[in-house]
Amino acid sequence: MNMVYQSFLIKYAEIGTKGKNRYLFEDALCSQIKRALKKIDGSFEISKEAGRIYVDAKSEYDYDDVIDALQHVFGITWICPMLQITEKDYEILKKTVIDYVGRVYPDRHFTFKVESRRVDKKYPVHSEVMNRELGELILDTFPETRVDVHKPDVLLRVEVRKVVNIYSLMIPGPGGMPLGTNGKAMLLLSGGIDSPVAGYMTAKRGVKIDAVYFHAPPYTSERAKQKVIDLARQVAKYSGPIPLHVINFTDIQLYIYEKCPHEELTIIMRRYMMRIAEDISKNNGCLALITGESIGQVASQTVASLAATNEVCTQPVFRPLIGFDKQEIIDVAEKIGTFETSIQPYEDCCTIFVAKHPVIRPNINIIHKSERKLTEKIDELVKTALETDEVIWCD
Amino acid sequence: MEIYFDNSATTRVLDSVRDIVVKTMTEDYANPSSRHRKGAEAEQYIRTARTAIAKTLRVPEKEILFTSGGSESNNMALIGGALANQRAGKHVITTAIEHASVYNPLLFLEELGFEVTFLPVDHDGHISLEELERAVRPDTILVSVMYVNNEVGAIEPIEEISRVIKSKNPRTLLHVDAIQAYGKFQIRPKKQGIDLMSVSGHKIHGPKGVGFLYINSGVKIRPLIYGGGQQNNLRSGTENVPGVAGLGVAAQEMYTDHEAKIRRLIELKDTMIDRVGELDGVVVNSKKGYESAPQIVSVSFSGVRSEVLLHALEERGIYVSSGSACSSHHAGVSSTLKGIGLPADLQDATLRFSFGLFNTKEEIDVCINALKEILPVLRRYRRK
Repeated sequence: MNMVYQSFLIKYAEIGTKGKNRYLFEDALCSQIKRALKKIDGSFEISKEAGRIYVDAKSEYDYDDVIDALQHVFGITWICPMLQITEKDYEILKKTVIDYVGRVYPDRHFTFKVESRRVDKKYPVHSEVMNRELGELILDTFPETRVDVHKPDVLLRVEVRKVVNIYSLMIPGPGGMPLGTNGKAMLLLSGGIDSPVAGYMTAKRGVKIDAVYFHAPPYTSERAKQKVIDLARQVAKYSGPIPLHVINFTDIQLYIYEKCPHEELTIIMRRYMMRIAEDISKNNGCLALITGESIGQVASQTVASLAATNEVCTQPVFRPLIGFDKQEIIDVAEKIGTFETSIQPYEDCCTIFVAKHPVIRPNINIIHKSERKLTEKIDELVKTALETDEVIWCD
Repeated sequence: MEIYFDNSATTRVLDSVRDIVVKTMTEDYANPSSRHRKGAEAEQYIRTARTAIAKTLRVPEKEILFTSGGSESNNMALIGGALANQRAGKHVITTAIEHASVYNPLLFLEELGFEVTFLPVDHDGHISLEELERAVRPDTILVSVMYVNNEVGAIEPIEEISRVIKSKNPRTLLHVDAIQAYGKFQIRPKKQGIDLMSVSGHKIHGPKGVGFLYINSGVKIRPLIYGGGQQNNLRSGTENVPGVAGLGVAAQEMYTDHEAKIRRLIELKDTMIDRVGELDGVVVNSKKGYESAPQIVSVSFSGVRSEVLLHALEERGIYVSSGSACSSHHAGVSSTLKGIGLPADLQDATLRFSFGLFNTKEEIDVCINALKEILPVLRRYRRK
């Protein structure tokens, strides 16, 4: 039979260092835990107590669901499932410890150490005594085990508080900082592998995410758009709900195609995407843009090209993948579950707007000169594009 | 407004089909194998459908085996047929333009040690009877040929094909993929020398997830699905009563006033071919009248990506296919279009318009006008 844990101890590292603002971070973490657990079956109570956060189960629940939900909450470094007994009787405690060890570690070949804490000083047994007696009891019951006080395989903690907590498992959380502790930024989301990862990495530092997607029908299909919505939903498992702004970019793209040199199309198109993204960003209270760019990955991501696209922005542009190799990006994409979606082959016919030989070292003066050819209609087209803004709530 | 010109991908079900499906799901929902009266009532729907379908082909009822659709029928005929007859030989023949649900089971048979010969087709999509005759050997156990090609509508001469095969090797079985043909042609398996024939429900205004395999009496087939022994042990699993009942009604409906229905489809097809042919830069890959399938018009538009044109039509509520709906999932180029020798640049510029009972000539007018507006715009933008 599976162990039923009544409570989970949540450990966090970085936010412990934030001085007087600490409670803000802890409150943010609690509310993010609450949000994550709301999505699964069962009712839970989250409490803060002396620099610790507890998640107490108040009903039946599915263990894997809880762990999965908590592993999507930034700010958590470790999740410790705890067995709790309200009856403090020492004999019952001993029986429970043996039962716990027997069921959690069916393969008895491990080294261990018992670490007791007596927070409730009225408890009759001292912690050193408890350590020794419980250790001996485990050795007697499971003769294959060994004690190792320096580097034990299993560190069994027994804490006597208002209740008695028994725990030893430490399940890694995602790390990072609780969402909502660091403002909001606008992610340029495409259907590719990189941008969802960039969104995830920024969200990991506590930043809330809005996203914008440039849709170009009939050159991109409804399925391509659905794919972007699916990706936003997957990132939202970590980042919380993402309002996805879908902008119809077709007319701008066609106008640039007609007026500008073909090998500059991508750069100029990206400059307009950044301009529009920044506009939406400012209107929605975001303080920065996020892209999935990485130096040298494609022609539009050489340093010169990045400089040329960056020039149109006044807000900072976060590029968390800037130094990543493709494989490193894929590794994260696989970890966060976006890779499978990103590689779905819904055809993107925008390739007709990609020159066979695009510029890789764009000269900014030449780009400016090319963009002047757009003067007649571009402002109107940008305005119209902004009016097409369709917000899809991805959760 | 919605104009649905993708009836070779699937069709809207008839109201009469919907009604019987709902009835067998909500009222007469028993398991047809159950011993009680309610079970017998459910079984009655299957008998009725079987009778109706057998009648459309003029074959005995017991030669109809219900399946989950065209793909399963093809798999069963090829894999089940090959496995049951492998003592007579391990050679199978097919054409270069078959649907994936024929092609891929044959690749599986190759893995099992069978040898497969793929016959090329000419510009009209027809195999050469001489080449077929040369290909048939003493160890050829099965020939699989589609009745109507799903992408361009070419009709294969089934009767002649059968004659050629049987005169060379009387023991060789002929399987016909009739998924795009059933409901559109008067098919007589006995006269045409067909041993196995696959049919799908949802191409004839019936439900999805149901179809049948015609199995000539005496033809040995190894089942693919084992279990409770339904349908004479050939295909276990509780019968899909709503699907089968719906399929029966659809089949009966298609073959009622059949000639008039086909004449109407051909009128639609010929109108489309005439009108689209008037546009610039267009190659029509299907033939007028009775020389190709009545419901399929394949057209290549030079200088246009079919996928983009498809989405541009979709913006106006007009739904069509690029290549065949099933093969367009993977971004490979259609083997049929390549097979009929269409130049590479046109293969990627081809749309399929396919008609059904619900379409009208007015819809074709709307579609042609849309094409007149869209094509010049799309042609202005190409990759440089």
